Amino acid sequence: MSPKPTTPTGLVSPERRKVLETAARGVVGAGVAGVMLTAYQKSAEALPTQAIRPPGALPDETAFLSACVRCGLCVRACPYKTLALADLGDHVASGTPFFVARKIPCEMCEDIPCVKACPTGALDHALVDINKARMGTAVLVDEENCLNFLGLRCDVCYRDCPVIDKAITLELESNPRTRKHAIFRPTVHAKDCTGCGKCEKSCVLEEAAIKVLPLRVARGELGHHYRLGWEEYKNNQGPLVDGIIDLPDRAPGDVTPPSGVPDAPPIIDPTKLPKGWKP
Amino acid sequence: MTALPTTPRLNRDARLAAAGEMPTRSFFLRNRFLILRRLSQITVLALFLTGPLFGLWIAKGTIASSMTFGVLPLTDPLMTLQMLAARHWPEGLAVIGTLIVLVFYALVSGRAYCSWVCPINPVTDLAFWTREKLGLQAKGWQPRAGTRYFVLAAVLVVSGATGAVAWELVNPITMAFRAVVFGSVASLTFVAAVFLFDLFVARRGWCSHLCPVGAFYGLLGSASLVKVSTAARASCDHCMDCYAVCPEPQVISPALEGAGRGLSPVILSRDCTTCGRCIDVCDRTVFRFTHRFDHSETAQGGTHRSNCSGESP
Repeated sequence: MSPKPTTPTGLVSPERRKVLETAARGVVGAGVAGVMLTAYQKSAEALPTQAIRPPGALPDETAFLSACVRCGLCVRACPYKTLALADLGDHVASGTPFFVARKIPCEMCEDIPCVKACPTGALDHALVDINKARMGTAVLVDEENCLNFLGLRCDVCYRDCPVIDKAITLELESNPRTRKHAIFRPTVHAKDCTGCGKCEKSCVLEEAAIKVLPLRVARGELGHHYRLGWEEYKNNQGPLVDGIIDLPDRAPGDVTPPSGVPDAPPIIDPTKLPKGWKP
Repeated sequence: MTALPTTPRLNRDARLAAAGEMPTRSFFLRNRFLILRRLSQITVLALFLTGPLFGLWIAKGTIASSMTFGVLPLTDPLMTLQMLAARHWPEGLAVIGTLIVLVFYALVSGRAYCSWVCPINPVTDLAFWTREKLGLQAKGWQPRAGTRYFVLAAVLVVSGATGAVAWELVNPITMAFRAVVFGSVASLTFVAAVFLFDLFVARRGWCSHLCPVGAFYGLLGSASLVKVSTAARASCDHCMDCYAVCPEPQVISPALEGAGRGLSPVILSRDCTTCGRCIDVCDRTVFRFTHRFDHSETAQGGTHRSNCSGESP
């Protein structure tokens, strides 16, 4: 470093002062603008629940926004015009791709053209089987208005599900209102649900009773130290902790579940249903 | 700061018209690079529009990242830089696309992006034109010369801090592009903001002082080849038309007035957008396109009112 240029009186020279001032103004000005941009960016990460990202989108919104350049190549690749680029006012980070299941759901193309078109990997190219996509998961959010829960045989969400009998099953229950009819409860299994949104689109209600929600909203998460006793029992052919005392289970009436953990008997015995019956 | 004139400064053609004389050069010669640039800017948009409009797909995507004829990937290197700052390593196509764009602008001319490709250029040019027509004299707020580099640094810092491609949230360039190509018309709010900013707040404020994309391409083209030279600077009559029309007038004087100091006639500043508007407006044919190593000078430029012998080649 050269010695500090000073005036004969020992003060910092005006030239040096000017340079420092300019630098300070630049840094502070850009800093203020940067803080504002950061705040805006953070608010833009709050994705509305009805906005579903394309298949293979990096699961964390921040990670997705680190990779998406908002070029729209996925939108162009989508043969069903499902995907759209967010405009200002959509409350989705502007220019990023999304779809609203109730408007146009994902048709789950087998060759996944949107993922192939993505130049940056914001849509993960590791996704080659569309059944492994996890855009979100369907949730039957309103049991009080779902026609099947009311005792009718709507079943439309179940019939329309591309992963029928895996992602959505109909579970039989007795109808407590009539006491003699059945309820065919549409039940989503998140393990197999891709979040395509066909069920939400097809729901016959004015407002869908089944909705696709982002995983961050729809799913809970077990503590990572949790062990499910009955699964460990199966894997170990015995209890997880050796020598643990298995006290007899107490149940009302004379039902005595056997030791070990087989399923409780179903309320409606499937063996008594007519031959060849399907839900 | 010197006192501002009270009436708008007329360029030579307007002065001649006021004096009842005809300009020596044809309309095309006086505007050829402006016309070519507008054609270039329209062509860029048109390549993306033939698909959605007529089903004839040439280029898909936007100016941020695109695929032409399914074989040519192009990606804006500043996007990639922000992506890297946000700690995402892009996939193959974006890497190839980035390299192609990097090499092209580094070799040809960095800020040719600004004047020949960017869809915001016609917007800010329109703001400047409107400003002149309205007779707005005050320059308004004029940020310091280096401000755009601070903005560029801030964009990269914010991308790193938020882990997102931050500039894309407010980038009027891609917003204008998406408005035209994808119909995202609400995004035009930001484009309108830039227009109004340039019109009322700061003369040539956005493209010439603040835009971090322009700053990036300027840096990228620091050693680029295509340059404008004041080859016939000896015949300059100091009419100031070039200064009045240039979006970055500070780049002209070292070349145009550097003969006495032994400076090259080539405009070497990275701020020069190689728009060629100076070539258009100069009646003395002082300027010409050339390459950065062509330091040659021609003694006599072109036409002058006093030697009405027609055009020089």
